[in-house]
Amino acid sequence: MKPYIALFRMRMIAGMQYRAAAWAGAATQFFWGLIFIMIYSAFYRSSAVEPPMRWNQLATYIWLQQMFLFIVMIWAQDNELLRHVTDGNVAYELCRPYDLFKIWCARLLAFRLSSSFLRFLPILIIAFLLPAQYKMSPPVSLGAAGLFLISLSLGLLIVTAVSMFIYILTIITLSPVGSRLIISVAADFLMGAVIPIPLMPASLQRVLDWFPFRYISDLPFRIYSGSIAGGDALFQMGVQVAWIIGLFMLGRLSFNKVMRRVVIQGG
Amino acid sequence: MITLANISKTFNVARRAKGAGAAFKSLFRREYNYIKALDGISFHIGEGEIVGYIGPNGAGKSTSIKVMSGILVPDGGECEILGYTPWKDRRKFVGNIGVVFGQRTQLWWDVPIADSFDLLRDIYAIPADAYKRSLDMLADALDLGAFINTPLRQVSLGQRMRAEIAASLLHNPKILFLDEPTIGLDAVSKLAVRQFIKTINAERKLTVILTTHDMNDIEALTNRVILIGKGRILHDGSMAKIKHKFDSYRTLTVTFAPHDAPVHIANADIISWGCERAVYRLDISRTNISAALASLGSELNILDMISESPPVEEIIAGLYKEHGI
Repeated sequence: MKPYIALFRMRMIAGMQYRAAAWAGAATQFFWGLIFIMIYSAFYRSSAVEPPMRWNQLATYIWLQQMFLFIVMIWAQDNELLRHVTDGNVAYELCRPYDLFKIWCARLLAFRLSSSFLRFLPILIIAFLLPAQYKMSPPVSLGAAGLFLISLSLGLLIVTAVSMFIYILTIITLSPVGSRLIISVAADFLMGAVIPIPLMPASLQRVLDWFPFRYISDLPFRIYSGSIAGGDALFQMGVQVAWIIGLFMLGRLSFNKVMRRVVIQGG
Repeated sequence: MITLANISKTFNVARRAKGAGAAFKSLFRREYNYIKALDGISFHIGEGEIVGYIGPNGAGKSTSIKVMSGILVPDGGECEILGYTPWKDRRKFVGNIGVVFGQRTQLWWDVPIADSFDLLRDIYAIPADAYKRSLDMLADALDLGAFINTPLRQVSLGQRMRAEIAASLLHNPKILFLDEPTIGLDAVSKLAVRQFIKTINAERKLTVILTTHDMNDIEALTNRVILIGKGRILHDGSMAKIKHKFDSYRTLTVTFAPHDAPVHIANADIISWGCERAVYRLDISRTNISAALASLGSELNILDMISESPPVEEIIAGLYKEHGI
């Protein structure tokens, strides 16, 4: 287990070196959050029907999304690792006595956590201090807060497992552009990053229940705001666990298959 | 220690004619060229040897290093290193080898070099005291002290390469693969790297396999040279033997008291002629230095002379040419 923890730590150190980038990132996400909230506030004010999400739930959903952007978003990927794959530096990783699949998982987890650590606190503080109209609400209960944290961690594992396929495809195509774009654009929509899932038509919501993406962020965020609670929340967290097992197993199989025919060109 | 028998590896490379039409056609049907990178390679290397692995670009040098280090799976043949088959027992095997790919880096770009070393300590599970001994010895021999706490992105290429070599030896491997370790280095760094390889080979009985395009590396480090071309082994033996085989001429430079008309001698071409200095190329299969000097001396008042063997580069180029590679 030691090499995996060591690599995790190393990626954290490397990731937290760029403080200026983190401040800039926090500022960007703060403004994104504000823009989203203003747009939805315009919709809500002119809407004639009762919206499916209460206003403070929606504001909280948006702030959580911005705060944990690097935990939940598929487009956030470890560029250095992608570069290692495309420029052949992965040759070195193949001469180390570890399991490359597990090492990459540790690395991706560390990348997401280190990127979020530096960003989420400033946004959290500001989002709570905003005027009532735009403000983020606290979790509905202590229990919901606990479930939220567990469920967000499970979401992090799902997003890592899905990301692994981007790296596997990059090994085959030697360019991260295509796989990353296709997977992240699709995932952005399917996970509710473009339009929060509760605001989608009911029929579409039923379809999205069958994809893993909704369980990355939509579920933890709604547990936080109390729109999913109790037995329903526990059942859906079970679905999260099932997706984690399934995706990691599939990823492992594809990874082994691809690695057997790996070719390192040049030099 | 290292035995390769009949190793072969073929790559398929997509091929298409130039132009938009061909590009469009290749969307539907692809044609491949099959390139035999390795075509039945066999050799044996014993413990403590330094072996120079040479050949032109694309000859299969790196491919065979990658097979031997467990990165690539060959299409056929047997390979046994320290009792392992590299690509089958990869994880157990790689703990015994160190690898440096001169054109890539194994150290982390953003963090101090010492942190990268610590990571390798954890990856290879090196005991604390062994790690400290190893690190002290390497830092001393490769003179890493001045920059070991500097992030990799801020050190020079020569410093980086020294750190790379140290990184590959921290876990005290039995075999070291060096793939172009002196590429892009200045003269001083090259000398330092060579000196270090020699020392560590003598002290630890480390087996070293080295690929390079710099023949001075080979001359300084090893007597055994494996020449590979088009995926086949063309020569496996001492550098002296290759030299002898292609050592067909001497360049003779003579300085003499002023003399206007060029002096021709048998079995030698005049490469340049000035009124006080001339350069001849002697065909030593048909004449020798003393005969040439005797006939020159009868017409010229020789003040000084230098006789040179062809440079190794030229010998190797001749060798590549002879084998049509």
